[in-house]
Amino acid sequence: MPKLALVVFSGELDKAFVAFTIASRAAAEGWDVLMFFTFWGLGIIRDPDRSVQKTTQVEKVFDAALPRGADDLRISQMTMSELGTTLMKEQMSAKRMLPIREMMREAKEFGVRFLVCNIPMELMGIRKEEFVDEVDEICSVGRYLEEAKDADLNLFI
Amino acid sequence: MTDETLDCKGLICPRPLFETLKRLKKMEMGKTIEVIGDYPFSKSEITEAMDKMGQEVVVVSEEGGIWQIVIRKRR
Repeated sequence: MPKLALVVFSGELDKAFVAFTIASRAAAEGWDVLMFFTFWGLGIIRDPDRSVQKTTQVEKVFDAALPRGADDLRISQMTMSELGTTLMKEQMSAKRMLPIREMMREAKEFGVRFLVCNIPMELMGIRKEEFVDEVDEICSVGRYLEEAKDADLNLFI
Repeated sequence: MTDETLDCKGLICPRPLFETLKRLKKMEMGKTIEVIGDYPFSKSEITEAMDKMGQEVVVVSEEGGIWQIVIRKRR
């Protein structure tokens, strides 16, 4: 079966939507799929109910600025303050699409693996205790490369 | 008569395929499911995915914009 390695760098609703759709679509067909969350992508996998006391000022700023999980994401274009995000969420609901948090659960159900890059965690002071249960492992770029080098398809979103 | 029915009318791509796959996963080998829907792309998407996955597509039909796909779980 083919293998897909997907780097999730972005932390916006529309990009997460595309990432989970492609990942689930491939995994559902039996592909070996891994998502490597890095930088702004870490906001997607934060669990809003699992906050951790931050120590430094910088950590506190990142904590406040990053989205608190998949239901807290905003769209990347047509933002119009908050209106664009609200409209997109309403439209997704009207078209009976799943919210991003549910898409994440579904991706897991189809067998997608969730890897998280350790570097942005260090830079932004994010702890593994803050992530949703879907996360399989915290790893280095080396580990990602090991997985990605034999993937048939590598995507960067 | 099929063993199960899944109504995907009103759902758009990729929901019909994903819902079909989730139901198939829970079914026993050899059982059949009838999937009905009205989103044009999903008809070919489901049949093609089933072929690739080695599932048996027993019936594909369409009438008045509503398609019906019967699948037998083979793996």
